[in-house]
Amino acid sequence: MAIKYLEEYRDPAITRKIVERITAISKQPLRLMEVCGTHTMSIFKSGIRHLLPETISLLSGPGCPVCVTAQNEIDAFIALSRVEDVIITTFGDLIKVPGTDSSLQTERAGGRDIRIVYSTFDALEIAKKNPNKNVVFLGVGFETTAPTIAASILAAKEMNIDNYFVISAHKLVPPALVALMSTREVNIDGFMLPGHVSVVIGTKAYQSFFKQYQTPCAIAGFEPLDILQAILILVEQIETGAPQLTNGYRRAVTFEGNVKAQKIMQDVFEIVDVKWRGIGTIPDSGLKIRKEFAAFDAQKEFAIIVSESKEPKGCVCGEILTGIKNPTECPLYQKVCTPMNPVGPCMVSNEGTCAAYDRYHSI
Amino acid sequence: MKIDKILLDHGSGGKMSHQLITDMILPIFDNPMLEVLHDGAIFDIAKQRMAFSTDTYVVDPIFFPGGSIGKLAVNGTVNDLAMCGAAPLYLSAGLIIEEGLSLTDLGKILKDMALAAEKANVKVVTGDTKVVPKGAVDKIFVNTSGIGLIPRQVDISSHRARPGDKVIISGSIADHGMTVLTQREGMIFNSPVISDTAPLNHMVTKMLAAHKDIHVLRDPTRGGVGTALNEIAGKSGVGIKIYEEKVPLKKEIAGICELLGFDPFYVANEGKLIAFVAPDYAEKVLAAIRADEFGQDACIIGEAIVDNPGKVIMQTSIGGSRIVDMLTGEQLPRIC
Repeated sequence: MAIKYLEEYRDPAITRKIVERITAISKQPLRLMEVCGTHTMSIFKSGIRHLLPETISLLSGPGCPVCVTAQNEIDAFIALSRVEDVIITTFGDLIKVPGTDSSLQTERAGGRDIRIVYSTFDALEIAKKNPNKNVVFLGVGFETTAPTIAASILAAKEMNIDNYFVISAHKLVPPALVALMSTREVNIDGFMLPGHVSVVIGTKAYQSFFKQYQTPCAIAGFEPLDILQAILILVEQIETGAPQLTNGYRRAVTFEGNVKAQKIMQDVFEIVDVKWRGIGTIPDSGLKIRKEFAAFDAQKEFAIIVSESKEPKGCVCGEILTGIKNPTECPLYQKVCTPMNPVGPCMVSNEGTCAAYDRYHSI
Repeated sequence: MKIDKILLDHGSGGKMSHQLITDMILPIFDNPMLEVLHDGAIFDIAKQRMAFSTDTYVVDPIFFPGGSIGKLAVNGTVNDLAMCGAAPLYLSAGLIIEEGLSLTDLGKILKDMALAAEKANVKVVTGDTKVVPKGAVDKIFVNTSGIGLIPRQVDISSHRARPGDKVIISGSIADHGMTVLTQREGMIFNSPVISDTAPLNHMVTKMLAAHKDIHVLRDPTRGGVGTALNEIAGKSGVGIKIYEEKVPLKKEIAGICELLGFDPFYVANEGKLIAFVAPDYAEKVLAAIRADEFGQDACIIGEAIVDNPGKVIMQTSIGGSRIVDMLTGEQLPRIC
């Protein structure tokens, strides 16, 4: 694999020009939400907030997979790790998220077999190598990860691997946008739409949302210039009163999206209502494994009973995820809730708003 | 039957232990102090300040492009001593070996240790070998301790950074951590990545010859440059400003970091140092670093400032600024 570093998207001279243009045309105070956690991180890492005029506030939305995973789902993951002969495989971010009375990290220290993988296919390998164990992959994330996880189920079926299971806690982005806009306290002037998700679902997936709410939307890539350009697009739309759904990430996102990935996702998953942390249940916003693949569904295979799940007291992750509050407005932020000892998921995940604030804010 | 693997008997303290040490270990490290196989090495030392350091190595995989656990174990302790301004003299080596390790692998590791020691001009003068049942350790863990002598007038400490000091880095960052990670995960890239593990003591000698009063030296190993700079900022009570575009980072390493979501400022280095030097002498010390074979890409990446004491602030390549905080939690386990 050849790696190209995207220097051209970090050019200081072009940056200056775009920032000057934004500053010149931005008149009214704006609240722009980046829906994706990777955008949040990139914004902080590149110091974009310090370059923007005061009129523009950037809010971080419900786009960090770990952050929006509901407490009962986290508790179910922990309960699964306690099942005999189960090997849990997961992306790294979930390890530290506190459940009601434990975390995967604590369970691992207590001897449970919990392994961090970089790909679902690593999890499949683990299943092949451990035929006497049941390997469960914790499926969290959005339309970005869902197709690869669906593909791993198809591969397991193809290869007759009968000890590989997935617990699906996947979430879908467009329904969350609808939920955000229909929440009364939420006040958003424009959306920076996620790049990776859009690569899969295409611009078309946002059409009905845009039609309904007429809120300016720009799909953005992840380099500093991609983000600044998306901000410029949104500011222009708002200042001229001409909202649009714009694809600002044309080198990766098409109108149709990745049709093959969409098909795999549809073959394996069906759409259901699910609960999002802090937002509540959103209709048609989650993915459940279809009946035809029930043999790979950890929820069916292991009867996991989660006694009452409790979200941590005082934690305002929900309001942070919807842009109603900033981390600094949370009574726990940096006092009881720190990256070393996180209370809520927004502080745990690398892409969480509170973690990003803690790491990069406050100059 | 020819034995080609480590057996529990090799750690028994009996005949097989003796055989392992005399047939395999002694010839490789070959020096009179070790040869006597006494319980400890005995030597004279001048009336001088000494530095004493220890470190344990558990890297997985034990062989990686650019080195092995053996090379790392010697260079690591040599560098810890060098960061105190000490010229390393003697090392101890403790091996904890998992039953079943192949003798070929053990031989390679020991040879790497001997070569690294020769390169750094230190002697392994005492050691210990333990064998534990399969599963009790992963292949082999190595501990090294070392002592070195600090020349007069040298006073290097994390407390001594002063506003105005230039921050020098001896070369590209994040090479070791990303090499080990990609090896471990079996990722193959077109551009090969190589660990930077190297002894830095000769470089430090050259730096001290250029200017005795170097304020701070640190090798940014686990936790990377970001964590090391934060420790210095905190201990010295200064702010540190660095310029992202000045920090040397190989394109392939930058690309892999990007792909996997790692921040190179928190990724480990094993053959790099950070120096804080008063501005008047910075260029001279920089030239001395560049004269060393492991310091050719050295450059000044920033300075210590009065504002924001205890904090590290980076001017990003697009002209924004952000805090570089200390790493919390594990970014990458078992990289050294």
